Amino acid sequence: MFGTALIVFREVLEAALIVGIVAAATTGIPGRARYIAGGLAAGLLGSILVAFGAERIGQLAEGMGQELFNASILGIAVVMLAWHNIWMSVHGRELAANAKKMGKDVMSGAREMSVMLVVIAVAVLREGSETVLFLYGVAISGDASQGAMIAGGAIGLVCGVAVGVLVFKGLLKIPLKHFFSATSALVLLLAAGMAAQAARFLIQANMIPSLANPVWDTSEIVSNSSVMGKLMQGLLGYDAQPAGMQMVFFVTVFAAILIGMAWARRRLEQPPGARAATATS
Amino acid sequence: MKRLALSLFLSTALVAFAQDKEFAITIKDHKFTPDRVEIPAGQKVKFMVENQDATPEEFESSSMKIEKVIPGKSKATIFVGPLKAGEYKFVGEFNEKTAKGVVVAK
Repeated sequence: MFGTALIVFREVLEAALIVGIVAAATTGIPGRARYIAGGLAAGLLGSILVAFGAERIGQLAEGMGQELFNASILGIAVVMLAWHNIWMSVHGRELAANAKKMGKDVMSGAREMSVMLVVIAVAVLREGSETVLFLYGVAISGDASQGAMIAGGAIGLVCGVAVGVLVFKGLLKIPLKHFFSATSALVLLLAAGMAAQAARFLIQANMIPSLANPVWDTSEIVSNSSVMGKLMQGLLGYDAQPAGMQMVFFVTVFAAILIGMAWARRRLEQPPGARAATATS
Repeated sequence: MKRLALSLFLSTALVAFAQDKEFAITIKDHKFTPDRVEIPAGQKVKFMVENQDATPEEFESSSMKIEKVIPGKSKATIFVGPLKAGEYKFVGEFNEKTAKGVVVAK
């Protein structure tokens, strides 16, 4: 039972961290709860579809369908998170200054939330489909300890969700002054970390070279299969044995998003009309 | 630096183009056969894994950077390496107690 709980916990943890961060990072945007719920529902439904289509997906692209599928959904999440951070670098201060003002800009808020809905859906989809497959395996195994294993799965699920809630509540405790910088930094690391994971799947599919593998090895200290490693992977993009190509992806995405944020902020500050508007408000 | 990266890329591409050595591994009753696979170090190789169980399995190795779900009664191809000489553990994540193995790169 404990083994099952741990497996499910590890799978759920990563998705829960992402949902927790996204929920915190979108504080103050109207209608956010509905979008988050929608993302979760879409992700769960998708998990079941992907789990049962696993064999078919796996056969695509000469047997590399699973790798390409994983890399693609990670890629989608990276693009969406990049969009979020660039959007936030423009609207974050508005949100902090005056939640009501944001309420008027419903269109922009809705677009942002649709983007985050996709992030939540793909995060849940990726980790969820593996969990569904695992539990399906347990269910059809006819093992005597089946009941205990399913109970274990439920415990793992609850614990994983609990960590996500803790991260969310913890982030909300950050003082408003630093709140957007803190959530932006987390989303930035999340996006870069996901890009590195996507690289890993492309390497596994033999589509890109690994370029020196591994660059370092800290698996003796914190292994990626441990709970601590999973936490650090989810929050910081930690990899105990990164390939050179993964680091290239990490650094490129990290830098690209930072540049995008700086560019958006500069564009915001340039038009004189915008400056006059802030002066009078 | 650029040239180094390019030559690295080309050499890996060439290695990838050459026929990769294949190794067959079977999963049955949540165990790997063979559970010890010797492969040449510094070369990309191919594992042809057949899951004969009815339940799905996830072939996972953090040291070899592999994470692949293999549905029940199906086959999967996994590219491994190039690895430095040494031992690399792998597990079937869905049945970690019994599904264990090691790759030895020489």
